[in-house]
Amino acid sequence: MWKFIVPFGLCLALGAFLYVGLQRDPTYVPSPLIGKQAPEFTLPSLQDAAYSVSTKELLGQPWVLNVWGTWCGGCREEHNVLLAIAKQNAVPLIGLNWKDDNAAAQQWLAQLGNPYAVVAEDREGRVAIDWGVYGAPETFLVGPDGTVLYKHIAPMTMEAWTREFLPRIEAARGAAGSKS
Amino acid sequence: MIAMIRPLLLALALAWAGNALAIDTERAFEDPVLQQRYESINRELRCLVCQNQTIADSNATLAADLRREVREMIAAGKTDDEIREFMIERYGDFVLYRPRMTATNFLLWAAPVLLLLGGAFAVVRVVRRRAAETDTDPAGPEAGES
Repeated sequence: MWKFIVPFGLCLALGAFLYVGLQRDPTYVPSPLIGKQAPEFTLPSLQDAAYSVSTKELLGQPWVLNVWGTWCGGCREEHNVLLAIAKQNAVPLIGLNWKDDNAAAQQWLAQLGNPYAVVAEDREGRVAIDWGVYGAPETFLVGPDGTVLYKHIAPMTMEAWTREFLPRIEAARGAAGSKS
Repeated sequence: MIAMIRPLLLALALAWAGNALAIDTERAFEDPVLQQRYESINRELRCLVCQNQTIADSNATLAADLRREVREMIAAGKTDDEIREFMIERYGDFVLYRPRMTATNFLLWAAPVLLLLGGAFAVVRVVRRRAAETDTDPAGPEAGES
């Protein structure tokens, strides 16, 4: 009797693993940065090269980094969600304009609306490499102490924002508040 | 004679033609040793955009940027391990085409040995049982032999 039950059970278990594997996104690569210190950068602002955007100035509060480019279809897809998120005023939304044309990027913001508190221009893509970016749009949540709390790889959705980002932002604010 | 080696020559020429398809055509270094290191590291790093290609094979912008990083690090005198570490810190172990053994994938590395041991155990059990069966069968042809 066991001779049949055991192999059958093993086959079922293997099938279950393979079935779950089918549902997963093979292009998703988990970030090794989660829980680590966010890479620092100082880059010129997209709109005014005389002004620089620095991660140091953002310490002490949770903030969000959104990597985008005008060449990126998913970025257009998520743009309205970003505008809605910006309206909530929950955290500063920092843009990282990745390997883009300055004029095209400015035109994009003028036409579609600007959800960002400020946009850093990463013309050469070096900061994006430091952050392990491999496909725009990508969105990072950084804690008040400068650690990376979460990374969303895909166009942002309101569901992902409410489910993954907001609770973490609340928790980060709570932890930072109790320390001071 | 010529007619005989013609197909051979053609095969040789075609084999050589693969080089013309290389993505990264410009030499990065004058020094052949550095160039060799540059090429071999590139062939070991995964392009995260087109995941089944190395950064040496891919013409994605990210692959070009990563090749630039590798080139600059070699020029700055970094070792191969330091360059690999740089990539792992940013993109995780997945960036390596030759994976390292870590706590999470230990079972995968150990699997061949475990399966071999399990198989050996099963074989020994079956053989022992069969031997015992023949031993206790007085009518068997090998009766009394062992």
